[in-house]
Amino acid sequence: MRERLALSRPTEASSGKTGSWRTFRPVVDREVCNACGLCAQYCPDGVIDEDLNIDLNYCKGCGICANECPKQAIAMVREER
Amino acid sequence: MPGTECLRYVLKAAGPDSVLVVPACCTSVIQGIYPGTAMNVPVYNIAFAAAAACASGMSNAFCALGKETNVIVYAGDGGTVDIGIQALSGAFERGTNFLYICYDNEAYGNTGMQRSGSTPLGARTTTTPGGKPTGKKDLDRIVEAHNPPYMATACSAYPLDLYKKVKKALSIEGPKFIHILAPCPPGWRYPTEKTVEMGKLAVKTGTWILYEREYGKLTISGPSKAAMKRPAPLSDYINGQGRFKNLSPEVMDEMRQQVERNIQRLSREEAGVC
Ligand SMILES: Cc1ncc(C[n+]2csc(CCOP(=O)(O)OP(=O)(O)O)c2C)c(N)n1
Ligand code: SF4
Ligand code: SF4
Ligand code: SF4
Ligand SMILES: [Mg+2]
Repeated sequence: MRERLALSRPTEASSGKTGSWRTFRPVVDREVCNACGLCAQYCPDGVIDEDLNIDLNYCKGCGICANECPKQAIAMVREER
Repeated sequence: MPGTECLRYVLKAAGPDSVLVVPACCTSVIQGIYPGTAMNVPVYNIAFAAAAACASGMSNAFCALGKETNVIVYAGDGGTVDIGIQALSGAFERGTNFLYICYDNEAYGNTGMQRSGSTPLGARTTTTPGGKPTGKKDLDRIVEAHNPPYMATACSAYPLDLYKKVKKALSIEGPKFIHILAPCPPGWRYPTEKTVEMGKLAVKTGTWILYEREYGKLTISGPSKAAMKRPAPLSDYINGQGRFKNLSPEVMDEMRQQVERNIQRLSREEAGVC
């Protein structure tokens, strides 16, 4: 699956933990999710792993995962900072 | 940013024994500053006009050392269709063993969205505030004229298709070319979460056609086969983008005809009718 989905993982580079740029955070409803993996496939930052955990240290809150989820299992919730 | 998604798939397909040649573009920003660079393979930053020439030199050097390292140019549309085109043409004519990838966000993104030769007709950019008066340069037909052993189009919304094309390209000796359409939220003026949707619409409306050419022989890729038989209305693609706001009916009509002509040309060619 790692090979097929091209899951590379972000780590800290020159800009540090880029998750701090986020305004909205993706929240997955595990009851609704059918584990299709599309969110992980499309996430531009590669922050969703095989078990569909989202690494919020690097998620920039773009909302692509929520938009592409066929089950509407992901809600984008405003960050309180 | 769609460039990032594509780059992940490109590098995953290419594997660790690869080097990237990157001229100035959004990717050189994503890359970050040494020693904190984001890529796990060596990256050579080079002047716009020299990317493909640099790759030629590298490829020859690797060959002389008996290495099979993949040499991949990863350049934007401005760096390819405008500034880098002579080096690109030269490297293809010399038969350099490398892969040239152009990710096309249809403008000079890194410097704030000036029009490039790849900006489509009617699109507003900072240098075409009233909409671009001329059409998109057909880079693929220019590359095709060099008779490369492999060339393909791809789109960031179809990452597995891209992955397969990169794998195939790198299994072939000689100069290879992949042109990726990469929708860009600030440049095309649509909400970020619609990035994959926008890429799919480009393909479904037939605005962007996915195909491969091996030694000239054309194969239309899966997602475009259905789209070409029954394209979605062009307005589905156009209306969601601020850069196409207030298009005149004449420009809209010209765009529709352009899409129609491309679909016909490629379907006739694939069917063997000239
Ligand atoms: C010779 C030269 N001219 C201008 C620039 C400034 N410049 C840096 S990036 C860039 C835009 C590149 O556009 P494109 O190749 O489409 O890549 P994108 O930024 O859209 O990813 C420009 C004009 C430069 N670095 N070198
Ligand atoms: S919001 Fe964007 S960056 Fe965050 S997990 Fe979803 S697709 Fe990835
Ligand atoms: S796209 Fe939706 S349904 Fe599919 S794995 Fe992700 S959250 Fe679950
Ligand atoms: S300008 Fe567009 S292509 Fe460049 S980094 Fe931003 S979203 Fe990506
Ligand atoms: Mg560009």
